[in-house]
Amino acid sequence: MNLLFIVLLPFAGALLPPLAGRLGREAAAWTAAIVPVLALLLALEPLLAAFAGAPMTVGRAWLPQAGVDLILRMDGLAGLFILLILGIGLLIILYANYYLAEDDSPGRFFALLLLFMGAMVGIVLSDHLLQLLVFWELTSLSSFLLIGFRHRSVEARQGAKMALAVTGAGGLALLAGFLLLGRITGSYQISTILGMGDIIRAHPLYVPTLLLILLGAFTKSAQFPFHFWLPQAMAAPTPVSAYLHSATMVKAGVFLLARLFPALSGTDPWFFLVGGTGLLTLVYGAYSALFKHDLKGLLAYSTISHLGLIVLLFGIDTPLAAVAAVFHIINHATFKASLFMAAGIIDHETGTRDMRRINGLWKYMPISGTLAMVAAAAMAGVPLLNGFMSKEMFFAETFHLAVLGSFSWFLPVAATGAGILAVAYSARFIHDVFFNGEPVNLPKYPPHEAPRYMILPVAVLVGQCLIVGVFPTLTVAPFLALASAAVLNGPLPAYNLAVWHGFNAPFIMSLVAMFGGILLYSRRHALFALHDRLFWGIEAHLLYRRVVHRLIDGARMATEAIDNGSLQRSVALLLLAAGLAVLLPLASGDSALAGDLPISAVDPVTLLGALLMMAAALATVFFHRQRLIALIVLSVVGLLAVLTFVRFSAPDLALTQLAVEVVTIMLLLLALYFLPQQDRPESPGWRRGRDLLLALAVGGGCGLVTWAILTRPATTIADYYLANSLPGGGGANVVNVILVDFRGFDTLGEITVLAIAAIAIYALLDRLCLAPGTLYGVRPRWAFERHSLVLAQITRFLLPLALMVAIYFFLRGHNAPGGGFIAGLITAIALILQYMASGITWTQMQWHQHFHKVIAWGVLLAAATGLGSWLFDRPFLTSAFGHYDLPLIGEIELATAMLFDLGVYLTVVGVVMLILATLALLSRRCVETGRCN
Amino acid sequence: MEMLASLVVAVLFACGAYLVLRARTFPVAIGLALLSYGVNLFLFFTGRLVTGAPPLAGGAAATADPLPQALVLTAIVIGFGMTAFVVALSLRARGELGNDHVDGAGEER
Repeated sequence: MNLLFIVLLPFAGALLPPLAGRLGREAAAWTAAIVPVLALLLALEPLLAAFAGAPMTVGRAWLPQAGVDLILRMDGLAGLFILLILGIGLLIILYANYYLAEDDSPGRFFALLLLFMGAMVGIVLSDHLLQLLVFWELTSLSSFLLIGFRHRSVEARQGAKMALAVTGAGGLALLAGFLLLGRITGSYQISTILGMGDIIRAHPLYVPTLLLILLGAFTKSAQFPFHFWLPQAMAAPTPVSAYLHSATMVKAGVFLLARLFPALSGTDPWFFLVGGTGLLTLVYGAYSALFKHDLKGLLAYSTISHLGLIVLLFGIDTPLAAVAAVFHIINHATFKASLFMAAGIIDHETGTRDMRRINGLWKYMPISGTLAMVAAAAMAGVPLLNGFMSKEMFFAETFHLAVLGSFSWFLPVAATGAGILAVAYSARFIHDVFFNGEPVNLPKYPPHEAPRYMILPVAVLVGQCLIVGVFPTLTVAPFLALASAAVLNGPLPAYNLAVWHGFNAPFIMSLVAMFGGILLYSRRHALFALHDRLFWGIEAHLLYRRVVHRLIDGARMATEAIDNGSLQRSVALLLLAAGLAVLLPLASGDSALAGDLPISAVDPVTLLGALLMMAAALATVFFHRQRLIALIVLSVVGLLAVLTFVRFSAPDLALTQLAVEVVTIMLLLLALYFLPQQDRPESPGWRRGRDLLLALAVGGGCGLVTWAILTRPATTIADYYLANSLPGGGGANVVNVILVDFRGFDTLGEITVLAIAAIAIYALLDRLCLAPGTLYGVRPRWAFERHSLVLAQITRFLLPLALMVAIYFFLRGHNAPGGGFIAGLITAIALILQYMASGITWTQMQWHQHFHKVIAWGVLLAAATGLGSWLFDRPFLTSAFGHYDLPLIGEIELATAMLFDLGVYLTVVGVVMLILATLALLSRRCVETGRCN
Repeated sequence: MEMLASLVVAVLFACGAYLVLRARTFPVAIGLALLSYGVNLFLFFTGRLVTGAPPLAGGAAATADPLPQALVLTAIVIGFGMTAFVVALSLRARGELGNDHVDGAGEER
């Protein structure tokens, strides 16, 4: 249970700092600091359990159908990381309290930091691959927000984007790798997978799995050639850099290597991929660090280099090397966090991070200076500091490589070379910053010592470097043994954590590195000049940016090649594609077009109707430039569609189509008032010819498909609906029962779409002011007659009658043709009649209707009816019905589906009225304001 | 009868397609209306041409297929919403751009 709280605490705690932030920075910081403290206390019990050899596990079903569970497990490795993440996180929060300025929105900062902390804790505690991946992506996201925290700066935004793109892409690869791993082992539970190393290594999919997982780990841990995002991420506020690049984010990658070490290691591909990448990164990072003038840039590349070292140790693939890797993870986290914090202090007090300007700081800030120097010495691997011990272990491990054969000298030499470089850049950090003359042209002069509580976190960490370096067996040894045992998933190798190992090969290598590094640093000016001559302009992040720009340009060109902004062209392409999709299979002639169903005879009335309909459709096209005539002919097509529905047993459709027809024509008439009344021929002849061909292809294709369908026997799934309509839905009108019951969820979606359309139309036309359209370039004289008194009076009597009809259709809808859609349309038409007869001003004076609200109530009612079935433990939108006897009226059926239908009814009324009233108001607005000429 | 039904669908689709390809907004709106008639009839006809047997349960043994009818019923109403939206869009475009060309690229009228 504790484990669950450890993960949840940072996420829940992230809500607090933004609230506390209103009381100031201090309040935000202290509320944020509570979280790691509490979490550390909670971690005590599981940690003891891990020491006792019985790791605590918590499991909760999450998506049992997909086999995804929430499993948390705290073994030694997870415990070590929990201590690092929470402990260093706490120090970072205390430090950031003094680092941030008041206008840095501390509430947001600490909230993001806690989110990130929670994601990291989630990664290390996960005992399920996919669950681990979720937290993995959460770290990518929250680090994106942290790196881009100063979002007004271009560098911060670019750095954040780059980090997200690189680590996000790695996350995708990781997902694929995890899925393969799950396929190989048949399980996603990590503790199970760790015991199946032999099966995994023997599987044909081993290499692709390994590659994908390594891609994920290497992008996260900034391994060459994916290292470039890390220096760019230095645009983050320094506390973030200190946290992300010491104990968290980049350590997630090496954590993954450690976690899956028993499952994946022990093969040649592992050795060459992991070891090779690590070695390359180690040397490249150390080399690049030496030439950075930016304090944080130097630390960034040294981080890359040290991560390379850890990866290389895992690649060397001996138990002892794995122990050394874990040890270096601890050591690097402590000295690098303190170094970043020291760099932040220097930046804070001098206003710059350029090492060519900050010199001789020791006499201005002796305490910070001393601490930073000790930490830098630990980074260089000076004896009696923690960095020295893990480096010695690393040097010792470089010798045990039989795989390389006659090249076995190579690794020790390369390691010593990297050691020389590490000493050189550490020396630069110490000498350039704290000695080497006087500061040059500082933005803030003279620099002061930092506030005591800003130095305190640095002191704590540097103290650890010292204590671990002097008394390793008393301090770090039990944790190291615990975590290493978890990494190896087996017995620990024999190792000795003594400070003095005797005068052996590793010690000689350390000596060479020490003196070589100092020599190299003393000759730095010549070296810098050489470096600038050789490598100017080669920057991985610039290369990346160029690739991204190329990609974006390519995508834009491809888009523009297809869509140049011309609707006609797009529609033509669309129709062409659709036509080809229909006609090509037909033309291949694999099977006969017509089926073998006998054709029914044509009766004269149907023939006449069909001919009329086709003629009207053709006339619409013929007259399309005389718009009013086209509209009138179009309504003929619609009316004949109504008759078609009547002819072929669809009374509901006929009623709906009839009502919609009325509304549509009214809508188009209203719109026509604001559009030109006629067209000149616009398109050139060839274009009309092309369109004609396209239209013929589309029409022909659809006609042929219809023909092919109609001449084949029907297989339908409707029998179920027909059989269950009465017993299951309580209604005889199957169409209506399908709409409000069987497929009620679809209908709910449809009325929602209608509502959205109506509101969008309102948004488009509200406050729009349009002049009436023109006829042959002249504005026609519209008749502004007053509304006919007779018509107005008659419609007022008609209204209640029409509403009665609507209610009638609504009530009988469940059993006979009718229902919410039809009743809604009839009501809307009755209301519109009032508008037409009496004018919009009078009508709106009579009812202060708000059609938005009607729509909202309709959709809400329909949704609430669906939700209501949850109260009875039934699935969404389960309907219930019953028959009741009422005096005088007789038996009446009440169904919850009717409530749903009422929602449909209200929505339809609201939608139609809102659309037409909006259009009608458009004309009034322009007449009244007279703003339009 | 089947031939006739296919022919009607073909003509509606062809006319609609031709109008949708025009350069002015109003013919496009009319074309869309024609296309939706065509689509609705096409969907409706997939339930086959059954005469005199509306899909009411508890009555005649064989009735028309209710499923395409239910589909088409909502399609008709949604079709109205779509036509209305296109009309509103074209009015707004005329208000913003001063003409009724579908690409907004025409002289003021």
